[in-house]
Amino acid sequence: MLRQIEGSRAVAETVAACRPAVICAYPISPQTHIVEALDEIVRLGEIKNCEFVNVESEFSAMSVAIGASATGARAYTATASQGLLFMVEPLYNASGLGLPIVMTVANRAIGAPINIWNDHSDAMSQRDSGWIQLYAQDNQSASDLHMLAFRIAEEVSLPVMVCMDGFVLTHAMERIDLPEQEAVDKFLPSYVPRQILDPNDPMSIGAMVGPEAFTEVRYLGHVKQLQALELIPGIANEFEEIFGRRAAGEHDADGLVTTYRIEGAQVVLVALGSVIGTMKVVIDEMREMGSKVGVLGITSFRPFPLDAVRNALGKVPKVVVVERAFAPGIGGIVSSNVRTALSNIPVSIATAVAGLGGRPITRDSIRGIIERAFDDTLPELTFVDLDVELINRELERHREQRRSGPMAENLLRDLGSR
Amino acid sequence: MSTQLKFYQVGSFAVGNRLIDEADLPEQSRSSRANSLTSGHRACQGCGEALGARYAIDAAMAATNGKLVAVNATGCLEVFSTPYPETSWRLPWLHSLFGNAAAVATGVAAALRAQGKSDIRVVAQGGDGGTVDIGFGPLSGMFERNDDVLYICYDNEAYMNTGVQRSGATPPAARTNTTHAIGPNPGASFTQGKNLPLIAMAHGIPYVATATVADLHDLEAKVKKAMTIRGARYLHVLVPCPLGWGSRSEETIKLARLATESGLFPVFEAEDGEVTATKKIRRLVQVEEYLKPQKRFAHLFGAHGHPDLLNAIQAIADRNIAKYKLCDPIEAEADHE
Ligand SMILES: Cc1ncc(C[n+]2csc(CCOP(=O)(O)OP(=O)(O)O)c2C)c(N)n1
Ligand code: SF4
Ligand SMILES: [Mg+2]
Repeated sequence: MLRQIEGSRAVAETVAACRPAVICAYPISPQTHIVEALDEIVRLGEIKNCEFVNVESEFSAMSVAIGASATGARAYTATASQGLLFMVEPLYNASGLGLPIVMTVANRAIGAPINIWNDHSDAMSQRDSGWIQLYAQDNQSASDLHMLAFRIAEEVSLPVMVCMDGFVLTHAMERIDLPEQEAVDKFLPSYVPRQILDPNDPMSIGAMVGPEAFTEVRYLGHVKQLQALELIPGIANEFEEIFGRRAAGEHDADGLVTTYRIEGAQVVLVALGSVIGTMKVVIDEMREMGSKVGVLGITSFRPFPLDAVRNALGKVPKVVVVERAFAPGIGGIVSSNVRTALSNIPVSIATAVAGLGGRPITRDSIRGIIERAFDDTLPELTFVDLDVELINRELERHREQRRSGPMAENLLRDLGSR
Repeated sequence: MSTQLKFYQVGSFAVGNRLIDEADLPEQSRSSRANSLTSGHRACQGCGEALGARYAIDAAMAATNGKLVAVNATGCLEVFSTPYPETSWRLPWLHSLFGNAAAVATGVAAALRAQGKSDIRVVAQGGDGGTVDIGFGPLSGMFERNDDVLYICYDNEAYMNTGVQRSGATPPAARTNTTHAIGPNPGASFTQGKNLPLIAMAHGIPYVATATVADLHDLEAKVKKAMTIRGARYLHVLVPCPLGWGSRSEETIKLARLATESGLFPVFEAEDGEVTATKKIRRLVQVEEYLKPQKRFAHLFGAHGHPDLLNAIQAIADRNIAKYKLCDPIEAEADHE
């Protein structure tokens, strides 16, 4: 059913159609509209046999989801940014226990300095938590990926995070094809847990494990990610059969990556999330002018689709990974994963860190990155649109006086006095 | 004339007194007891927590016809009961983290409600650290929402599992490995304390009670009563820890009794935020009698002792006695002389 609808509302309605039994929520921008909508939907009785629990923290949100999932209930929650960090301990617990919880992460920066706008620092910080991570490029794929998420989670018994750019997607009104209940029921059978707290068949879950088996349990977490990697393309095809469209967008190759105009490309950008939309526009313009450029979108960041990335980029001379997060002290996060996919392949890989804390990644910025890649003037690590003057003034202050004051406030004052 | 007691053993190794009326038998003496925390676990000899958990969970099992799920916080109880494959639990049991037992239990209860299985009940359990400190936020949230969970805190007054460090429930002057008996104010400082039963009552939840392993009938009765009520319920059980307290393992029950008889640990019940029953002190003792057998208080006694600190502890006990009316006034005065 086509609707002109806010991304958050679309996600909420899709989640509702997946018939969760327990939804727990703690508010944080830009996730709020999703859980607000779900409360309304549950109260209207539109999800049968569903409990909505307002918890007192994200730590408890994930913990409630753990208890519910271990009791055999399909469990859902949503968070972002500081909230994701606040639930890190139960996050690892959920994946370690193999509980197929689905969670939306409305991607937002992490403070300090506190910042409510979009980047990927939150989800990227949890890339090794054992959760599967899917990144939506637009709100249609945000909606679709939630259905995929429940399906994948329950098939391999691992939790899945659906990452969608905060505000850029969560608060954007778009035309979205929302799924019919019947189709969702066909795609997503009811949840059959591998483990359940049941008085008729009592078992202990969450026991202490020593060196004799810990490595094996951890290894199984890896195996399940690899199983997901095998399963996702098939599930994506099944999705297309039922819903008549590709789950991760029209350029979805296999549910793992999307490719756009990479044929014969000399420069290929690699990105996750909504920035891919802007990139496509720039790529069209530049292709028109004869520049051979394309983009590889990564939908499944965990498991990381090494083969799909290698297949897409193996013959490309120049790859630029555009990242909305980075690892201080070394640089790119996504790019180091891309490098693993392309090891032993002679290719130049640059990292462009862009769009932190909501800074817009404009068409000009993207065009600039591409042009410098063509000119061989793009350094291995670059921060796009960095205000160098602002930084130099602060560094100068550091040299000049010991008590130079709080950094962020200094920068803002300098900006204000420009 | 004295009666020769005859004991019998049943299949679950329960021991019972034949002469007591079947209806009055404690749960542990019944052949039908669930034996939820069975033998073979690795608690220290004389562990009050193992004893308390065994009585509490079996009573809850009896009250729910075995339709019970337990959620456990990290701590001694979790560790000594489950180095797999040697789990001692004979009921569905889930351990997630140190600080989230109450929230996990909320999730279990919510799932059961969604599944229409509200005949299955939920107990969450943790140590004092997991309850009054790190798990306090989730516990308060569970109370405030009045989720259908009985939360049981086994209070041994310190972080025992990590080797005896101070918690928010550690009593003043007690020596732990982070409150050494060194300097002019040895042991834990005299803080405001964190009285979880009172805090639970302030949430207005339907049932709050305290108990000790000295009166196991009372503990069983309170668990059973709690299971007749829906909503958030809180049970705070004093469980002496021979290792952490530096006490003899055969004195666990005696110390638990002295804790109440001295007035330091009031035993009471509260419903909807109001105290409804208090266990009177039968033989009032000075706090010294309770403190002296415990090495964690050794620095208070002897030539280099601290009578000032002892007096301060006695004052706490006296305040409790007055506040909870633990003594019949006349008896109390008589004993004090
Ligand atoms: C987040 C976190 N912090 C610290 C610990 C270490 N830890 C495990 S058990 C424990 C002490 C438990 O104390 P308490 O709750 O009083 O239970 P007890 O062992 O005394 O029965 C601590 C500090 C942990 N497991 N998780
Ligand atoms: S340290 Fe204390 S609480 Fe832990 S098992 Fe030993 S006696 Fe029990
Ligand atoms: Mg303790």
